[in-house]
Amino acid sequence: MRLKDIIDDFNILKRCREYSLPLWQCPKFLFLTMGVVIIVGLSIVNLALVNNYIESPEVVALTALILTAISLVIAFVTTQVLENLASVSRMKSEFISIVSHQLRSPLSNLKWAIELLMSGRLGKVEEKQTEYFHILKENSARMHELISDLLVISRMETAGFFSKKTPFSLTELTKEIIERFSVFAKSSNISIVLDSRERTSDVIANSNHIQLVVENFLDNAIRYVKQSGDIKIKIENRNGKIYFEIKDNGVGIPNDDQKYIFQKFFRAKNVMKYQTQGSGLGLYIAKNIIEKSNGKIGFKSKENEGSTFWFTLPLIKH
Amino acid sequence: MKKILIVEDEQALQKTLGEILTQEGYKVIAASDGEMGLTLAQDSNPDLVLLDLILPKMSGFEVLKQLKGNNLTKDIPVIVLTNLESVEEVDKAVSLGATTYLVKSQYSLEELVSKIKEIASPSA
Repeated sequence: MRLKDIIDDFNILKRCREYSLPLWQCPKFLFLTMGVVIIVGLSIVNLALVNNYIESPEVVALTALILTAISLVIAFVTTQVLENLASVSRMKSEFISIVSHQLRSPLSNLKWAIELLMSGRLGKVEEKQTEYFHILKENSARMHELISDLLVISRMETAGFFSKKTPFSLTELTKEIIERFSVFAKSSNISIVLDSRERTSDVIANSNHIQLVVENFLDNAIRYVKQSGDIKIKIENRNGKIYFEIKDNGVGIPNDDQKYIFQKFFRAKNVMKYQTQGSGLGLYIAKNIIEKSNGKIGFKSKENEGSTFWFTLPLIKH
Repeated sequence: MKKILIVEDEQALQKTLGEILTQEGYKVIAASDGEMGLTLAQDSNPDLVLLDLILPKMSGFEVLKQLKGNNLTKDIPVIVLTNLESVEEVDKAVSLGATTYLVKSQYSLEELVSKIKEIASPSA
């Protein structure tokens, strides 16, 4: 081991950053704290014992020394185990991130090659061929969606992901998202109505993350409306918080499935019948984002009647 | 005829982009690594560079930095075309002088062609 490595090993802040852990959860910091507590604590006990049993200070000192050594060994072994766990967790996140990036490149190649074929630029495309090109395109889009969700999850597990918060208007963000979804909604015979009468809807959060949540809610609402229908979005101030609600008249969630809806990879039984697409990660991501943004998230739903998903976020008072 | 340099290590993407851009009336040249990309940009003076970021031999960031640091190439518009999408990477590329930053998975081929035409119209 080189001197630089040894010095680096004592650079607690750097090591904690490598593990993407806050200081108080970092194994090196915990070991340092435990070491200080053990040495100081046992020194006090030692002094007290020496004062009371002055006849044999050697025995007292030796006992205290042995106890200190044993405690430090236990503390060292415990923190080593924690450090290994932190290291494995970091490697897992890195692995997902690298694999996801690597998977994206061939997917982009595939997507653009299919688009070039479908465009007819390379020759006339027969109707039957178009049908199969659509299958290829949809499935590459589906795989891309799954990879994007996995990337978000691997990033969510790193420190600092939730730290960048800035003020923005939730109504403006929602309008932009509705605009982008308008073609998708129209092709599914769905109208989206936004009801936001509040003068201000400024929240403090990471707008990119909240965008993921709103997009996920809207995407689900459109996907799971059976034939045609309405989606109503409401944004209002409630008890000093911004309340966002999206209501659809879609397939709804069966009672038995409702308790699992925010779990990773869960997909309700009835939606599997209508839509085979979907990673089962969107609502898990949404819950994590909203809770880490100091908000709350929830829903009410009835099978065959529809669902209402909502979240709250801290409102900025002007 | 406007000339476009594609710096991209994925052969499949080089071929697809090359095909559509040729059809759109551009002359296309391509490099498969950063070093070759930089040399081609300096030697053939293209009207636009499409630059990937993860490249063998020299990263896209380094290519961009050197292009913008050289009087001969600093005015060539560079479209960064990548799958990296973190805010830090976008900021870094823009601060180094990228004209625009496009995440591959977010654009269709036709949208990409429109963006290219906005920056370097084939007939202009």
